[in-house]
Amino acid sequence: MAVTGLIMIAFLLFHMYGNLKMFVGFEAFDHYAHWLKGATEDGGMLYPIIMQGQFIWIFRFVMVLAVLLHIWSAYTLSRQSIAVRGPKYVNDKRQAQTYSARTMRWGGVIVLAFLIFHLIQFTIVPGSFGGNGAEPHTMVLVGFQQWWMVALYAVCMVLVCMHIRHGFWSAFTTLGANTSPNARKWLNFLAIVVAVALFVGFMIMPVAVLFGVIS
Amino acid sequence: MTDTISTPVANQFWSVGADIEDTKAPKGVDIDKVWKTRQFQARLVNPANRRKLSVIIVGTGLAGGAAAATLGEAGYNVLNFCYQDSPRRAHSIAAQGGINAAKNYRNDNDSTHRLFYDTVKGGDYRARETNVYRLAEVSANIIDQCVAQGVPFAREYGGLLDTRSFGGVQVQRTFYARGQTGQQLLIGAYQQLERQVAAGTVKMYTRHEMVELIVVDGRARGIVTRNMVNGKVETWTADAVVLATGGYGNVFFLSTNAMGCNVTATWRAHRKGAYFGNPCYTQIHPTCIPVHGETQSKLTLMSESLRNDGRIWVPKKAEDCAKDPRQIPEEARDYYLERIYPAFGNLVPRDIASRQAKNMCDEGRGVGPAVAEVGSDGVERQVRRGVYLDFSDAINRLGQKAVENKYGNLFDMYAQITGENPYETPMRIYPAVHYTMGGLWVDYDLQSSIPGMYVTGEANFSDHGANRLGASALMQGLADGYFVLPNTINDYLADAPFEKVADNHPAVVEARATAQARIDKLLSIQGTRSVDSYHKELGHIMWEYCGMERTEAGLKKAIGLIQELRKDYWSNVRVTGKNEDFNQALERAGRVADFMELGELMCVDALHRRESCGGHFRAESQTPEGEALRHDDEFLYVAAWEWGGEGSKPVLHREPLNYKAIELKQRSYK
Amino acid sequence: MKLKLRIWRQTGPDAAGRMVEYDLDGVSEDMSFLEMLDLLNENLTERNEEPVAFDHDCREGICGMCGVVINGIAHGGSATTTCQLHMRSFSDGATIDIEPWHAGAFPVIKDLAVDRGALDRIIAAGGFISSNTGSAPDAHATPAPKREADKAFDNATCIGCGACVAACPNSSAMLFTAAKITHLAMLPQGQPERYRRVKSMVAQHDEEGFGNCTNIGECAAVCPKGIPLESIAQLNRDMIASLFKGDGK
Repeated sequence: MAVTGLIMIAFLLFHMYGNLKMFVGFEAFDHYAHWLKGATEDGGMLYPIIMQGQFIWIFRFVMVLAVLLHIWSAYTLSRQSIAVRGPKYVNDKRQAQTYSARTMRWGGVIVLAFLIFHLIQFTIVPGSFGGNGAEPHTMVLVGFQQWWMVALYAVCMVLVCMHIRHGFWSAFTTLGANTSPNARKWLNFLAIVVAVALFVGFMIMPVAVLFGVIS
Repeated sequence: MTDTISTPVANQFWSVGADIEDTKAPKGVDIDKVWKTRQFQARLVNPANRRKLSVIIVGTGLAGGAAAATLGEAGYNVLNFCYQDSPRRAHSIAAQGGINAAKNYRNDNDSTHRLFYDTVKGGDYRARETNVYRLAEVSANIIDQCVAQGVPFAREYGGLLDTRSFGGVQVQRTFYARGQTGQQLLIGAYQQLERQVAAGTVKMYTRHEMVELIVVDGRARGIVTRNMVNGKVETWTADAVVLATGGYGNVFFLSTNAMGCNVTATWRAHRKGAYFGNPCYTQIHPTCIPVHGETQSKLTLMSESLRNDGRIWVPKKAEDCAKDPRQIPEEARDYYLERIYPAFGNLVPRDIASRQAKNMCDEGRGVGPAVAEVGSDGVERQVRRGVYLDFSDAINRLGQKAVENKYGNLFDMYAQITGENPYETPMRIYPAVHYTMGGLWVDYDLQSSIPGMYVTGEANFSDHGANRLGASALMQGLADGYFVLPNTINDYLADAPFEKVADNHPAVVEARATAQARIDKLLSIQGTRSVDSYHKELGHIMWEYCGMERTEAGLKKAIGLIQELRKDYWSNVRVTGKNEDFNQALERAGRVADFMELGELMCVDALHRRESCGGHFRAESQTPEGEALRHDDEFLYVAAWEWGGEGSKPVLHREPLNYKAIELKQRSYK
Repeated sequence: MKLKLRIWRQTGPDAAGRMVEYDLDGVSEDMSFLEMLDLLNENLTERNEEPVAFDHDCREGICGMCGVVINGIAHGGSATTTCQLHMRSFSDGATIDIEPWHAGAFPVIKDLAVDRGALDRIIAAGGFISSNTGSAPDAHATPAPKREADKAFDNATCIGCGACVAACPNSSAMLFTAAKITHLAMLPQGQPERYRRVKSMVAQHDEEGFGNCTNIGECAAVCPKGIPLESIAQLNRDMIASLFKGDGK
């Protein structure tokens, strides 16, 4: 869980950096999108170490694998835990559990649904919610000019970032990095920084589109 | 010989049997050679033969757990029993202060001989020299062993072990692990025990209570247990039996012992022929949290170390006792220990500090809530049972921070239990029963008067004489368990394996039937009074007449009261539920029945010993200043009591004590 | 004080349990929680009803035998053991729910008493230093730095009460296991078996039917001895290291 989770967090930071290219300009954004796929004249990312157009597939493969492994681990671990859990307490009060920790399982399922929707919109059926796959910036513009789409993304990003807030810290604990009160303090702080940065970084662009700052 | 007491008269309470002696300690060798000589003399068991031999060990505390682990390592088949749900719960865990060892790491003139001397003197010259010397000798090995097991003793910045001075001795020989030394040592032994459980040499039976001993042809060959989960009465046989079942302080109902601590295992063995040594020697610890009311179930000890900085006082005038202590001016306070014992002040030995606290409260100068009690005249009155232990001087002198660093956990514990803040108002303390020096009589090999039955730790009488030094209980438990028993039991097992005892052997059948009949009887009475109510009443009798101060008249009265109580118990106790169940009322019922018989023997022992020594203070035997007065010419012996049979008098066997290495002296702390 | 108690009554491991209501009068605020239960049991005995079974022994917060869930919180929520909780923490007329530790690996024996033998078996799997009696070198042969020794001590204070398991939404005994791992891993004497220990103890933990740790922290919040969640990270670190190392350091 920890390793795949951290891989996905790394991806999100990378993804956020790509999105922010919208502020640089549509061309930059489109170029970046094409470059990832190797559809640019310089051969795309990591060319010539990797053959033109191959990177994106390796990349997608790793990401799909990470997502699947993450889900599989979550599923098996949850199932094991639920199976060994005793009867429920009649009166049950939680002492330490944060909201984000408590919502990891159901939150994770919702995040997955969001991910599928997001992939359909931009990757699997490009343009299914408006815009043109060949010019990725148009999909973004059309999508985020609608208030409800921005609202949907905002809600889902809150869930994603909560998931990350607990997940980031938890992953480092699982990997054994959290062995002193000091380390714990820093990791908690860092988890919040990453979560907030991702939320702001991802939402600033759609909001800018909605309010016409980018058009 | 002084004339403060009368000469012995033929007594209606006991009869006198032949004198006995310890036949195992080699004679005619210097004290420092005795143990080595015995170790060499003891016959050995070939490692290949050990796996054919089995040993039953009852109890998993320091003495039992350590012995089970060590005998398991040696290759014997060990069957280990405890009444708790895990061997790690044994009450050794509650010891706070520390463990003595003659390491002389401080270069402060400590030595085996000095630890030996301090222990004998602390025991008021009523312990066997040979046993105590051995205890001091192996003490250093204990620390090595425990460190190797991962016991986290307190350390200094250089990484070496820290030690402190404890219990009024002048050397720093006490090793400690914050205020939880007992816990850490026990967990160390427990881990070694679990290692042997995993290795298959020790079979662990938790929630099994020993209810009878099996003696076949004069040898201890097994035990009967009651499975506390389903009530099954089972028999177990082996080549030898070890009892490491702790002390019997709960005969007083209120004590610092755990609720489950009981005398049943040793008492059942006593009834089968094991002599009971010095049952009246009980240690009353001066620094416990006072009783708050009738519903109190146990007393909590606070480390004696508090007396290093706290000052003990009561108001000079009884009418001040109900006042807020902060409103009582300095000149109206009586720092009575400092007044009476200017040299030792608040650091006088435990028995003296305890008795003086009782005297102050008896005078009507106690503090804290008044609790109803029935005095020896049978009249109920309200008495305040508490004295102040005041840290305000220490806080002014050292600052609150320093006091907090030293005693923080104890202060927190006090606040938790009483709801008062000891940094602001003085603590209230009162003595409580803490340890029993008496126990089953054993020889130098720790073998009881029943061949094949060994007794270790607090359950035996051997090493502390009439009073125990601070930080010596842990030392004795581990010495017996790790180093003594495993080097003496082999001498007995060299003759084994003994003929196998069949389940239908008459001795086995008899033991099982006795145990079962007792259970059935207790359940069938269906009277009106709860077990606890009897236990409390017994406790009151014991505390009043066989507590800190004993008199001939009081003890005789107590014996009568206990006999009446016992009679009433067997006709009017109410035990709910059935045997074939997890039935805690039934568990307690059996224990209380045995406590009543033991209580009577304690009073008889206290009655027969017409001298004051250590924890045993007979009002008739005191110096003009009111201090304990021994009578070495008459009572320099161990009283080993033989069970006289149901309804018959116990039989006294004397084991004379010979002091060769140490000169006898009267204690003085003025 | 007058109280309304709702207590889990269950006649045996396979029987169904349910909450039963009792009114209890005459409770003093100086009583400990267990003395309050003693009083209830005396009343029940008087009425010829079966007393409530509950485990307890030392009643001074160190043996680890007592432990019930009080109003939804293991040990009642003041970072202490049940025996050290006093009735002054409750108000007159309060309703108190009392339940046993609930976890698959802790079957109920009767009422509030549960079987925690699984914790012993985790220790037996490797929670020790293999050192036979008599084989130890002098205690000062290996100095141990104070900082590590103190950390070892902090973890060695675990009393094995099982509150961590009771409070964990996954019924995991990871804090218990981690406390022992960290205790022994911090000491020089614990190094030779360090990695073998973590592997076998965690394997036993799983085999006993305890759940997985999701780093939620309920365990540390109710631990009467303040074992920190960081100990679990130490366990994880050693577990990962054990993949690359042999038995010990």
